[in-house]
Amino acid sequence: MQISRETLLHSYRAMRTIRAFEERLHREFATGEIPGFVHLYCGEEASAVGVCANLTEQDTIASTHRGHGHCIAKGVDVGGMMAEIYGRKAGVCRGKGGSMHIADLSKGMLGANGIVGGGPPLICGAALSHKVLKDNGVAVAFYGDGASNEGTTLESLNLASVWNLPAVFVLEDNGYGEATAASYACAGTQKDRAAGFGMPYIACDGSDFFAVHDAARDAIEHARSGKGPVMLHVHLARWYGHFEGDSMSYRAPDEVSEARKNHDCLENFRKRAEQEKFLEGSALDEIDAAVADEIESAVQAAKQAPWPEDADLMADVYVKF
Amino acid sequence: MSKKSFRQAINEALRQEMRRDPTVVLMGEDVAGGQGGSSGVKDAWGGVLGVTKGLLTEFGESRVLDTPISEASYIGAAAGAAATGLRPVAELMFVDFVGCCLDQIMNQAAKFRYMFGGKARTPLVIRAMYGAGFNAAAQHSQALYPLFTHIPGLKVVVPSSPYEAKGLLIEAIRDDDPVIFLENKVMYDDEEDVPDEAYTIPFGEANLTREGSDVTIVAIGRMVGMANEAADRLAKQGISCTVLDPRTTSPLDEQTILECVEDTGRLVVVDESSPRCNMACDISALVAEHAFGALKAPIRRVVPPHTPVPFSTPLEKLYMPSAEKIEAAVKSVMTQKTPEVA
Repeated sequence: MQISRETLLHSYRAMRTIRAFEERLHREFATGEIPGFVHLYCGEEASAVGVCANLTEQDTIASTHRGHGHCIAKGVDVGGMMAEIYGRKAGVCRGKGGSMHIADLSKGMLGANGIVGGGPPLICGAALSHKVLKDNGVAVAFYGDGASNEGTTLESLNLASVWNLPAVFVLEDNGYGEATAASYACAGTQKDRAAGFGMPYIACDGSDFFAVHDAARDAIEHARSGKGPVMLHVHLARWYGHFEGDSMSYRAPDEVSEARKNHDCLENFRKRAEQEKFLEGSALDEIDAAVADEIESAVQAAKQAPWPEDADLMADVYVKF
Repeated sequence: MSKKSFRQAINEALRQEMRRDPTVVLMGEDVAGGQGGSSGVKDAWGGVLGVTKGLLTEFGESRVLDTPISEASYIGAAAGAAATGLRPVAELMFVDFVGCCLDQIMNQAAKFRYMFGGKARTPLVIRAMYGAGFNAAAQHSQALYPLFTHIPGLKVVVPSSPYEAKGLLIEAIRDDDPVIFLENKVMYDDEEDVPDEAYTIPFGEANLTREGSDVTIVAIGRMVGMANEAADRLAKQGISCTVLDPRTTSPLDEQTILECVEDTGRLVVVDESSPRCNMACDISALVAEHAFGALKAPIRRVVPPHTPVPFSTPLEKLYMPSAEKIEAAVKSVMTQKTPEVA
């Protein structure tokens, strides 16, 4: 075990926070109180957390529609995120972005993205900034199997290699781009795509935090050391629909229950921690309880927080106009 | 101060800003032009029309970056770099190529600041050539500034001369918002006196290139020169024109436009972009809404027809606004009366 106790506790807490955040949103969305679209990250927690555990605050990430997990893993304030999703002025984006646009550049979080394949080009730019400014930073694009077929993504893989950028492309492959299976929509293999752009390819099991952590460590070290970009292919299962309200009639009835039962990254983490005795169950129980309180407080605070004011409509279109 | 071409003015603005600020980087297709070629000359082109020539030699490969022919990736990269500490100037070559990367401009760079609650700065400049008159046909001749003007979060600059180009480009590079900077490809060899030192021209302040009493002509970019040519001819016929160059279509100096129309009572708008929902429509609506009472005649728009830009020389000439067409439009508003309003 090469991961420090502090990192393990922090990572478990981040994964638990994502799970609790998303499960709570699932319930709250059903009441009709949450406006707009919500895309949940449940089941995929180990990917965001395993990757971000290897990043510093100055490293940059770009996210996807399914961005809550990446935000939490990169250290964006949970209360501010909840308030944002409820459209309140106290939100991290002052209620102007919502679920699909949560960002916090002070944490190196360049935004969830409403456009499939929106992130990879931006990450080429963030990686260029790290390179030109010589700050030793790395930029990470999370993107889905759906986005893997966007021209923007494929162009970005090429550009990152051509410019030898300190970039990591984390392909979160949950098997579905919206309702269409990756097995239908992705020609060839992702491994061959990486090879086609001359970059190393690493695959890992996204329900195993330790596997993701170690694979991401290797990928990020490679990029940070100036050797160029890497593709990290994380195999995942998404536990809810593409968006909330999706009946998932395109999936076999037992697909999700099987994933919940046998591929739960939090359960896998706990099992291994207890078996190998590097963390006590009681420490994890304490985290679970603390996270439950934190999410409850975040929801209550968000519901009671004031709405944006009329003057906010016109604010922040430009720095100066 | 010395005579400089539009091309030299742009080159000098880029060079001076790159010297002043190490975070200014250039990227685009063939901005150096020659990377990897068998001659070993890395800055063989300096842009397809030589506008960025010599910058690689002075600033090196880390700040003058040739890109693959891959607009979505590098325009997106420019947006991402701008949000994370650089001041990229990305060259899109022909503005028509925005079809390959509109998402990165429209949905990403333009919206970061608003979507993120005012917590992002995106000091990005996208330079591109626009305009017909070069026999470049339908995919290399459009004047797409209305498209960008339509998008909140973008600033849009359309310089009308070498002097204007240098001052406005330096302003664009120092600006903290995303700026679309459009250069008319027919004007690169135009010359005028341009100061050697760096200077800025503020956005949103129209330039009154000529003051008159009968008709206000608002003209965009290359059309400013044509409007002044028409005004010279009209002066000899006893018609006195104001010619106003808005310089930027976003922000638009609405106040000066309205003041000029209040003074003259007549408006002709000259715009080489496609006629539906273009700047001529926008400026006409502005005046109809806020200065209707001052109008002595209907507003006239001198614009191309609603067609793609044709290739063949006589057809392209027919398509384009011209000094003759402007002259005719001005004469028509001098003779027409606006209908009585009850």
